[in-house]
Order: sequence, then C-alpha cells, then structure tokens
Amino acid sequence: MAVDPLIELRDVNKYYGKLHVLQDIQLTVGRGEVVVVIGPSGSGKSTLCRTINRLETIQSGSITLDGQPLPEEGKGLAKLRAEVGMVFQSFNLFAHKTVLQNVSLAQVKVRGRKKDEADKRSRELLTRVGLEAHAEKYPAQLSGGQQQRVAIARALAMDPKVMLFDEPTSALDPEMINEVLEVMQSLAREGMTMVVVTHEMGFARSAANRVVFMADGKIVEDRAPEDFFNNPESDRAKDFLSKILKH
Amino acid sequence: MDVLTENFSTYGEGFLGTVELTVYASILALVLGFVMASFRVAPVGSFRVFGTVWVTVLRNTPLTLLFFAVLLGLPRFGLVLPFKVFAVLALGCYTSAFICEALRSGINTVPKGQGEAARSLGMTFSQTLSQVILPQAFRSVIPPVGSNIIALAKNSAIAGAFSVTELLGTYRTLNELGYSIIWTFVWIAVGYLIITLTISALFNFLEKRWGVAR
Repeated sequence: MAVDPLIELRDVNKYYGKLHVLQDIQLTVGRGEVVVVIGPSGSGKSTLCRTINRLETIQSGSITLDGQPLPEEGKGLAKLRAEVGMVFQSFNLFAHKTVLQNVSLAQVKVRGRKKDEADKRSRELLTRVGLEAHAEKYPAQLSGGQQQRVAIARALAMDPKVMLFDEPTSALDPEMINEVLEVMQSLAREGMTMVVVTHEMGFARSAANRVVFMADGKIVEDRAPEDFFNNPESDRAKDFLSKILKH
Repeated sequence: MDVLTENFSTYGEGFLGTVELTVYASILALVLGFVMASFRVAPVGSFRVFGTVWVTVLRNTPLTLLFFAVLLGLPRFGLVLPFKVFAVLALGCYTSAFICEALRSGINTVPKGQGEAARSLGMTFSQTLSQVILPQAFRSVIPPVGSNIIALAKNSAIAGAFSVTELLGTYRTLNELGYSIIWTFVWIAVGYLIITLTISALFNFLEKRWGVAR
C-alpha cells in the first residue's frame, strides 16, 4: 500500500499550552487513497486534519505534501493550500456571496480563471452535487446538507490533489447526512485522495482504504477497515467501538 | 438673530472651514484606520506591533497635545506646511486609531471559519481580508464609524485654537464686536448640528443600504 505517498507526517507534535494534542504522529497517505480518521472527541483528529494545510501550526516534526514540505505563512503557503481542498464541519460558505459566487471566487482570485470560465465550471460542479437550481441563492437560504454540498463543490473547483474533510456531517440533521456522504462516496470511487475525519462508521467501512483510530493525541491503530471493525487490537479501540456500535 | 444675519460671511467662513477639516480628516482617518486595522490582524508580527503601537499612542494622547506635537514639532524637523494641513494630519491620525478599533471589532464579528475557508482555498491574506472578511465586517461597523466621524467633526474645534479658520473660532471675532455671547454660541451650535446631523443621516442611509439584515 501507499507506494506513491502524497501526504507524509513525520514525528508531528503539537501542544495547546501544556496539552499535548498531537503526539509523535506518523501518517502516510498515498495518492488515490481514502483514509478515514476516527476516535473519541478531543483525541486530536480534527487538529490532525487541520495541520495538513497548516490551519494549525505544529511545534515539531515535518509534514510534506507531494514531496514538498509545508511552507511558512505567505504566498507559498497560499499556493499549496489551493492544492488541498478542505470541507469544514460548519460549512463556512461565504455568507455575503451567492452559491455560484462562493464556488467561483477562488477560481478567479487564485487560479486566475476568467469569470465566465469559472462560472461555467462552478455550474458543472453544482450540477454534480445536485444543486444547479440553487446557484443564485445565498447560503442562508439552503439547508445544512445543501450548504455542505456547495462547500464540497467550492473545494473541488480548485482541482485539488487531495481533499480534507473535517467532520463534514457532524452538524447535519440525520436525513441530510446521506446526501453529503453520497457525494463523498462518488469522489472516493473516482480516485480522489481523501482524508476524512468522521463519526460515520458506515462511510468508513464502505469507502475507506484505511482507518486511522486516534485517542489522546496518538494514532492507536492504522489498518484496513474490515480488520479494524472486526478485530480491533487495542483496548481503547475495542472500548470505543463497543460504545458506538451498540445502537 | 441679528448676530447671524449681520455676520453671515464670518459664520459662513467658519462653517466651511469646519466642513473642510472634517471631510479631509475623515478621509485620512478612514484610510489610515483601514490600513492599521489590516496591520493589527496581519499574520506578520511586526505589522501587528506597528498597528498596536499606533493605536495605543494616538488613542491615549489628548488631542490638544497631539496638535501641539504636530504644529510645533514637525516644523522642527524641517516639515513646514500650512496650519490647516497640520490640523488635518493631527485630526486624521487621532481619529484613525478609533476607526481602526471599530473596524477591528467588526472584523472580529465575522466568524473565524470564513477566514479559514478563504485561506484553505489558497487565497492570500489580503484577498481573504478584502474579498471575504471586510465586506462582512463593513456592515456591522457602520454605526461606530459614524460616531467616530461625528466626534471628529466636533474635535475639529481644537484647530481654532491654532489659528485655523473653523466654526467655533468665530466667537472671538463676534465677541470683540460686542454681540451677545449667548446668541453667538447658539448659532455656532446650530452650525455644528447641521454638520453632525448630516453625517448621522449619511450613516443612517449607509446602514439601511448595507447594514446587517436581522
């Protein structure tokens, strides 16, 4: 597995004051791989996801993306972030812009596309996530699931090498979770490299190449989903699975 | 009533002087306040320090002292400009510190996720600020910026003490001519009201047009 590493984290450590939130993290994500990160709240999984595009800085260790170490804050970092799509728990659509403008903005400002070219691409992507009819609406007029699908289209519009999903369905009503997961499933099938922090075990089972289980700032297990769900090795994972799979 | 009709040109000159000071100093204050607010939220530490020092020094200095510093201090360094320009500089810089803080509080009302989303798309700091943060912050800072501009209009009276023609200063001329001090000041007050109410109306309009819909 992972013959062609796209993301590599080596000996990554991060502290919030005294709290050691990421402890000696080693993680490699290969091109085309879908890695699902699960774990209890406060285990550092969101933080891990956010360090990959340097929304969180790290104190020690190294993170490389396609062989390039993450640059310091500045133009270089902005350039790299354009290659890394990110989808947030709280959607974070630009509240003052329409759906179409949300998807087109960075294409024009960052990729330097012409406005009509960007809008054309945006409409294609909106069609893909099933929201072409809502292009002229503002985010506040959409449901959570719709907003999150727009957010995915917005990230895809940059033609990223990898997509990061930071608990993309955690703020959604149960009936809206599926529409978002379906979009993610189809991305996974098309070979997009994805790192997904989630509590959706069904998605982990069906779409992931690997499941990374985190607890207390450490990666406890890093295995194929079937292995992990059927035979968790660590007590911490057994305990976690017994709690969430009971219902 | 006579004091106004008989000295209309004196009042007029003073009124226009105050308007002029207010307009130019407002433009300077808005531009500088905008720049300083950007500095204060910049990812570069030295910019943040500069912005913080600017605000701390100017906001905590009495305006009169600042006038003295600019009008008497700058010429010592070889910078000799008309007093009116000095007055605009002093007023503009002073008010910019308050505008900066009003803008910054507006920036803080924009949820953090908006900036994170913009940055995660590869937008630079200045693009994030100009395309995403400020357009949203702008809506919530209209009222406090309006207050600061009104304060500026009234603060411009200090320039009169440094022989710049402005509205309040007209009382000296009129007093010497023997007019009733009360009526002199009533008409001066009316002059200020015309200016400040105009600013209020302008900002009310802006708020109606652009303010946050609730």
